[in-house]
Amino acid sequence: MDNKTPVLQLRNITKRFGDITANEKVDLDVYKGEILALLGENGSGKTTLMNMISGIYFPDEGEILVNGRQVAISKPEDAFELGIGMIHQHFKLVDVLTATENIILGLKEKGGLDLKNAAKKIRQICDTYGFEIDPAQKIYNMSVSQKQTVEIVKVLYRNADILILDEPTAVLTPQETEKLFQVLRNMKRDGKSVIIITHKMNEVLEISDRVAILRKGRYICDMETKNANVQELTDAMVGHSVTLNIDRPEPLDPKPRILVEHLTVKSQDGVTKLNDISFEARSGEILGIAGIAGSGQKELLEAIAGLQPAENGHVYFVEDNGEKEDLIGMDPLKIAAKGVSLSFVPEDRLGMGLVGNMDLAENMMLRSFRRGKSVFTDRKYPYDLAEHVVKELDVNTPSIATPVRKLSGGNVQKVLVGREISSAPMVLLTAYAVRGLDINSSYTIYDLINRQKKNGVAVVYVGEDLDVLLELCDRILVLCDGKVSGLVDGKNAVKNEVGLMMTKVGGGAANV
Amino acid sequence: MFDIVAFIPRAVVQGIPLLFGCVGETITEKSGNLNLGTPGIMYVGGICGVIGAFLYEQKAGAHMIGFLAIAIPILCCLIGSLLMGLIYCFLTVTLRANQNVTGLAMTTFGVGIGNFFGGSLIKLSGADVPSIALSKTHAFISATLPFAKKLGWFGKIFLSYGFLAYAAIAMAIIAAIMLKKTRAGLNLRAIGESPATADAAGISVIRYKYIVTCMGAMIAGLGGLYYVMDFASGVWSNDAFGDRGWLAIALVIFTIWRPNIAIFASILFGGLCILHMFIPTGTNLAVKELYKGIPYLVTIIVLIITSLRNKRENQPPGSLGLSYFREDR
Repeated sequence: MDNKTPVLQLRNITKRFGDITANEKVDLDVYKGEILALLGENGSGKTTLMNMISGIYFPDEGEILVNGRQVAISKPEDAFELGIGMIHQHFKLVDVLTATENIILGLKEKGGLDLKNAAKKIRQICDTYGFEIDPAQKIYNMSVSQKQTVEIVKVLYRNADILILDEPTAVLTPQETEKLFQVLRNMKRDGKSVIIITHKMNEVLEISDRVAILRKGRYICDMETKNANVQELTDAMVGHSVTLNIDRPEPLDPKPRILVEHLTVKSQDGVTKLNDISFEARSGEILGIAGIAGSGQKELLEAIAGLQPAENGHVYFVEDNGEKEDLIGMDPLKIAAKGVSLSFVPEDRLGMGLVGNMDLAENMMLRSFRRGKSVFTDRKYPYDLAEHVVKELDVNTPSIATPVRKLSGGNVQKVLVGREISSAPMVLLTAYAVRGLDINSSYTIYDLINRQKKNGVAVVYVGEDLDVLLELCDRILVLCDGKVSGLVDGKNAVKNEVGLMMTKVGGGAANV
Repeated sequence: MFDIVAFIPRAVVQGIPLLFGCVGETITEKSGNLNLGTPGIMYVGGICGVIGAFLYEQKAGAHMIGFLAIAIPILCCLIGSLLMGLIYCFLTVTLRANQNVTGLAMTTFGVGIGNFFGGSLIKLSGADVPSIALSKTHAFISATLPFAKKLGWFGKIFLSYGFLAYAAIAMAIIAAIMLKKTRAGLNLRAIGESPATADAAGISVIRYKYIVTCMGAMIAGLGGLYYVMDFASGVWSNDAFGDRGWLAIALVIFTIWRPNIAIFASILFGGLCILHMFIPTGTNLAVKELYKGIPYLVTIIVLIITSLRNKRENQPPGSLGLSYFREDR
């Protein structure tokens, strides 16, 4: 193992943003033909470090060596020239352009703009590594997985030898993830080096050769993946020992709380988003909802919360004494007053629920501004609540008066989920509550959700990570293309079966 | 009877200043800069051309050389509008000031500059009417092909304009080809849609924004020059240019950011602007006034239709009006 050649070496890299030190004296080596996993909690500076390699940020101190030669990467172009390409967590693609146009964007090839030739070269790359994309397709018509493929091809088109992937699997289904990993293995075989940032431990163990760990902006250690295990990695990442079990307490006296009957929802353009959905959510129970992104999860939660008009069907709120009341057509405010609380974490994390330019207390106020009788708002209550959430959930923020937009993704989510839980709901609807969160923060959130469950709240949990759904939820409703594909018991469910149900209604007869 | 042969040339000359403004604003907006300073820039372009022409006419007296009589006003106009473009870029791109506020301020500023120097020149020339006439320069700039008049209706409709009118159409075509077929055009579209993406792809966002916005300003400035020197027969009077700059910006939306459509759209707008002069005599004056609102009405209708159809390609550039800072979090 000693004859490995380092293609990329970082020495003493430091980067500060104002008073915040994102990276401090980081040393890191990447070798030829290896897949290196970069691990760290949210805000530990992984993305910042990678951005410095790809020329988005410029390090304040330290040096970068590529193939043993010291280089200055002051802009993305420099990175391309050195054979470094990064696939960002938020895709850097122009929606209204085609795949080809996006891929050749910014290239300084000789001659005029020759889209045909470029498309030919793209097809070649696709054949070599096993991608499937249509070069002439517009980005806005693509699925998340296709967009990611375009990003990867873009980097390969520029002959990159070092690929950086920032949380590539966060938005993929298990099947798509498997496909991506196959492609990464093909690249490795081709002698390329891959750096992958991910929070999912099982993926780290599956795909990587070596793991490097960052904590609070500092480099902690690296280890061979084959000698590592989840517990060890997590402890190194967090800095102290953590327990990695998701509790699943037996539901206490479950009673029907929300009754959905034959719910059909259409989008504004008339596309059917939910097709004849029926299920029941019970108090003191976590109902998981699995499905490929965009299978109707968002519409379902919104329909329950009264934000989405229903074409057909009923959503009953069932009181303890068995009285039923239809929520469809009811004012969202009234529904919220009944104790139905929605916390949806969209892909960009902010979009729904929080206002980026407002500070923590003001964001708390979005829920409470109707309290009090005078025309002036009560600023004391939200301020206290914000302080409470910050303390309880260990939110990393300079102060309560910091605009939410400036917090790292994980902290933003804690604020959102913390606020929703604080209202002591009867029904808690959460979607992607741990989206992009590191393992430690994720467990904090699971814990919070479980606490709600013990309090007798009916929790509807829309999640992406099947492993978590299987561990956390009492029952799992699988959606596929707006239809109920199956309802399985959390304890006895098999991951592969659920995965198949996600892609095909009923899961199909094959592969059982 | 509606006189189509008389109507079209008048619609065209009305439309050409709008076409200049529209093409300039379109490429500017494609870079993500919403330059609401365009009306002001067109004023500045106009008055700078007037100043250049005025000084040259005074200096040369009776012995004006054709080339200089054309080149000096154009050069002055370009320099003036370039300066306006640079100010706008410095404020919005480098200092990242709010584009709407900056643009509106630039318009107020540009109109003020135009009227200030316009007023000064009128004083200097000692004219007894509140305007300044540069008829000699007008003669040079609006010169048409000598045989155009002999070609009857064909010559009247197609060949009766000064060279600046053809330059405007050429510029619209060049801009359309540039946007659609060239690497620079692709880069520019990407910057307008998503500067962060363009930046990550190694395109110099700031440089593109500066260059394109300044080019756009110069093209728009020529619209002001054309208005004074050709359309208005070399006569500058304060505020005569009116709200043509705003019409040009409306035209950008009307043409859904496509310079090739702008050629026809500007002539259509020009036609709509003068339609009130061609309706039968005896129509109520109040009704006549209503006709002047048609271009704006049409723009609103087009806006409604395009937003109803909701086609992604017809939407404004994604980052229009937003400033870009790479290390913004």
